[in-house]
Amino acid sequence: MHQFGFFDAFFKWQLIERYFPAIMKGMAVTIEIAFAVVLTGILLGLLLAIARSFRVRPVSALIVLFADMFRALPPLVLVLLVYFGLPNAGIYLPSFAVLWLVLSLVLAAFCEEIFWAGILSIAKGQWEAARSTGLSFLSTLTYVVLPQALRLTVPPITNRTIAITKNTALGTVIGVGEILNQATTAQSFSGNATPLMMGAIAYVVLFIPVVAFGRFLETRFAWRRA
Amino acid sequence: MTAQPPILEIQGLRKSFHHVEVLRGIDLAVLPQELVFIIGPSGSGKSTLLRCCNRLEEPSGGSIRVGGVDIMAPSTDINAMRRRIGMVFQSFNLYPHMTALGNVSLALIKVLRKKRAEAERIALAALDRVGLSDKARSYPADLSGGQQQRVAIARALALEPKLMLFDEPTSALDPELVGSVLNVMRELKRGGMTMLVVSHEMRFARDAADRVIFMDHGAIVEEGSPEQIFVKPTEARTRAFVAELVR
Repeated sequence: MHQFGFFDAFFKWQLIERYFPAIMKGMAVTIEIAFAVVLTGILLGLLLAIARSFRVRPVSALIVLFADMFRALPPLVLVLLVYFGLPNAGIYLPSFAVLWLVLSLVLAAFCEEIFWAGILSIAKGQWEAARSTGLSFLSTLTYVVLPQALRLTVPPITNRTIAITKNTALGTVIGVGEILNQATTAQSFSGNATPLMMGAIAYVVLFIPVVAFGRFLETRFAWRRA
Repeated sequence: MTAQPPILEIQGLRKSFHHVEVLRGIDLAVLPQELVFIIGPSGSGKSTLLRCCNRLEEPSGGSIRVGGVDIMAPSTDINAMRRRIGMVFQSFNLYPHMTALGNVSLALIKVLRKKRAEAERIALAALDRVGLSDKARSYPADLSGGQQQRVAIARALALEPKLMLFDEPTSALDPELVGSVLNVMRELKRGGMTMLVVSHEMRFARDAADRVIFMDHGAIVEEGSPEQIFVKPTEARTRAFVAELVR
């Protein structure tokens, strides 16, 4: 052990050079999955909240069951269950697709609850005023209720989205070549934690702008209430 | 005027909320250009009566005809009827995320399918009628209560309703802002609008109402000219209520 031991344990230059391309590749995969999850998760969550607003008992009950299940189960359990379970049922999905599917459903479950709370928080008078001018249920929801509800939900949706997209790291256990997977592979080959540190930095580089963007949205969508 | 068929015709209207009977057989006809005032203690069912007239509350029984059309009939398009029945609420209920102009033009665009430019022209004219064309670009949060209520009136007015329902339109206003809203209502009356008003603005009732209805416990107790109801009511309950109002 020489005097740079501690520094080399995390920032060994040769290793940084050697594994930089792998980590970059991992970043690209993480970004792809994250975008796909955010898109389908938020959209599905919104659709479920809208479906629930029609207040058809059996439909609402199913949505609540779905939302509670996927919020209660640890995402890792779901990832493993789907990845190892589906092939037994004759369904073969690539690990990338499994991760995307599971995280989308988890995000959708949380988003549904948040959007639903947002819809409920809009005063009954808003519905009544719109309906009294002849607007249909769906028009009222679309033009009067949702625009107000969505603004209220920006902060919690942003936080939840960040939390769920960070779970792309779970892909490492089923061999999705995302950041953590690349980093742990490199770590086991090199016997040094430098690739893991590179992975950590990659996550920070990736998610700090997302966090900042969330803060921007919060201020952008905060508007004075009557 | 009496020869004309009524714009609003209510017969045997009943409404219950979970076994509590709120309206117990209301009969009421409102003629074209008439301003009918409804007074009564809280819980007497007057707001419920008003809200049944455009089916914001679903009646439990009886019939309601607006312009001769049975609004309870399954074949009636309630959305098409509602745009001909303007409603003004105690708490204004303006859409906070839209300007005054946006509030007034929304139904013109989405219900009447008018082009934006034409909808905004109509909306501006409606805002002008309530004296607020200069506030078209303001958001509700930037308007006083009285101005908000006048925008709400314009929102209903822009759809050219046959009948307007006012549910305690001045109860949520500071006293100094009440006058501006009542003036707009007087203008509407002068313009020939048919109006059904739940309110306790006695002075307004005395100089603008054609008829005053006193309700208690879900039934009409007494009706007559403002003079009769406020000065020489025949029923003891009316007398007691009016005495409270005057005090």
